[in-house]
Amino acid sequence: MSKNLFNTIWDQHTIRKLPTGQDQIFIGLHLIHEVTSPQAFQMLRDRNLSVLYPKQTFATIDHIVPTEHQKQRPYNDRQAETMAQAIERNTKDFGVTFFSIDSPRHGIVHVIGPELGLTQPGMTIACGDSHTSTHGAFGAIAMGIGTSQVRDVLASQCLALNRPKVRKIEIKGKPPKGIYAKDIILKIIADLTVKGGIGYAYEYSGQTIEYLSMEARMTICNMSIEGGARMGYINPDEKTFAYLQKKEYSPKNDAFERAKKYWLSIASKKDAEYDDITHIDIQDLAPRLTWGIHPGQGISIEENIPSPQAFSAKERNAVEHALTHMRFKSGETLRGKKIDVAFIGSCTNGRLSDLREAAKILKGNKISPSVRSIAVPGSQDIAHQAEEEGIADIFRQSGFQWREAGCSMCLAMNPDKLEGHQLCASTSNRNFIGRQGSPEGRTILMSPAMVAAAALAGEIVDIRKQEDSNHEWK
Amino acid sequence: MSGNNIQQITGYAVPLLGDDIDTDQILPARYMKTVSFSGIGKYLFYDHRFDQDAKEKSHILNEKSFKKASILLVNKNFGCGSSREHAPQALYDYGFRAIIGESFAEIFAGNCLMLGIPTLTLTEEKIRKLQEEVQLNSTLTLSIEINTLTVNIGPSVYNGSMPKTFQESLLSGMWDSIGLLLSAREKIEQTVQSLPYLNNFIKEVDV
Repeated sequence: MSKNLFNTIWDQHTIRKLPTGQDQIFIGLHLIHEVTSPQAFQMLRDRNLSVLYPKQTFATIDHIVPTEHQKQRPYNDRQAETMAQAIERNTKDFGVTFFSIDSPRHGIVHVIGPELGLTQPGMTIACGDSHTSTHGAFGAIAMGIGTSQVRDVLASQCLALNRPKVRKIEIKGKPPKGIYAKDIILKIIADLTVKGGIGYAYEYSGQTIEYLSMEARMTICNMSIEGGARMGYINPDEKTFAYLQKKEYSPKNDAFERAKKYWLSIASKKDAEYDDITHIDIQDLAPRLTWGIHPGQGISIEENIPSPQAFSAKERNAVEHALTHMRFKSGETLRGKKIDVAFIGSCTNGRLSDLREAAKILKGNKISPSVRSIAVPGSQDIAHQAEEEGIADIFRQSGFQWREAGCSMCLAMNPDKLEGHQLCASTSNRNFIGRQGSPEGRTILMSPAMVAAAALAGEIVDIRKQEDSNHEWK
Repeated sequence: MSGNNIQQITGYAVPLLGDDIDTDQILPARYMKTVSFSGIGKYLFYDHRFDQDAKEKSHILNEKSFKKASILLVNKNFGCGSSREHAPQALYDYGFRAIIGESFAEIFAGNCLMLGIPTLTLTEEKIRKLQEEVQLNSTLTLSIEINTLTVNIGPSVYNGSMPKTFQESLLSGMWDSIGLLLSAREKIEQTVQSLPYLNNFIKEVDV
């Protein structure tokens, strides 16, 4: 038996066992943004500490930026302006690289890390954001942390952590027509529950994963935390290396060749040991959607909304509460539900391949006039490429608002929000009550293609009935 | 540099029923538009406690008999979702000093520890009994002994659990981790010198 990738990286980054029994883990790459870092910098100032290795931290601004006229300062929202100024000042004072709104490298933190080649196999990566698990798609240990931990990483480049167990999720089957990474991860979360991953890091592997593109793999790892797993990862392979080649911060020339050899050497071997292994077959998977108020409350487009009676007595109240909030009835189908808003974007599904898949559905069609439809590229580079490829025009011509890069309506810390009890078909990662900015707002999570199709129809439809449906099986 | 030793937490408790209460419920994202944590407690469970005209809604935290509570009694997977420390900071600022529940989301529990807020777990049956006891009589004083991981309330004693590392951190005051981490400066530098990706992939390491 050999060590899996997770334990190999963990051991390499262990500085020592702390007197508390936790491990002191070195963090190779630290990413920060404007929401969870200002208090951490203040803590450094209060304790007269500096940033130990400023070159290992990179900053961006994504949560609070407007997605229209985002270069116009000061922002109308004074709190947002204060936060923007804070990250500008903090990164300047402490010598940290900041990809500001004026940089072509700017974008959502979990989109630009991989895009710039900052994210690499074998690293430990931390960021004050739970979707840091995204970076695990490259064979890294990547985790969300709180603000006091951001302080710890800034000051010491280390964290005090408990070693999690490792669960291998072996996925087999070729995704059928109209099935994307988003459907696969929503299925995994529904099966293993939103708490199933507590105390675990998830290793996604198997035939399906091998065939998925890097962007699709990022979508899978991104939502690990929605299943309770703080970290999720995929072993590096030729697709990983092809993606990283010639990225700005990737190793160059001979160093890249040495890196590849090293990256392959740390990948989990066939005889690798795990604390748990679970299997899933996606051969017959149908498009997935959520009907409730957390990502585990999901069904396929073919199924009906479950009845509270189908759950154990202690879960029934929660199911009834979810149905009441969503204004849905058990036994109903989600097909034909009128939507008010369509949102394509976020660190889950705001990458170029997501926009391409949606554009295939939208091309030559017009969205329903009753649906406010917003497309938000995950980074300025993606926005630029989408313009070059003509994707941005397809969105505009269909009636979508084509916006500038940011977190947008995923969490409504910026002007993009639901109003009242609007129903939103969303490619984001959380359908929690209030998440999209209105305490009565309602979110249905689904793939970008499903959101595009819903925007056209004005209601939830089965993407497989659309002629142009394609998938990431390349 | 370390925090205070935390041996015992004593106070009134309040039961907050329900599984999977996420950090967007604990502290809605719109109240994270701030560069400090000061005063953040007033937004705790905001959409549960207040309507859109900022009028109090019917909620257990708005009940007079539970206003003085400093220990929160929750169910499964409390604090799931976002990694925002704003959630435990809001709980602390509001006045909570410990949370007892059936299970906690991992990042949330870690964030609580960083603030010296113990997160003690009890079995499903025990937490339900404890919640019922407090529901019936909000004037009962509850005490949590970190050393024994027991909860005492009136004549009842509940045995709980907590990761050993959390218990040690609280008892020793090392939950405030920064001083501890920085005391290994030399070893940190050695790691920087040895990790392949920080050394142009020239270094060989045992894998």
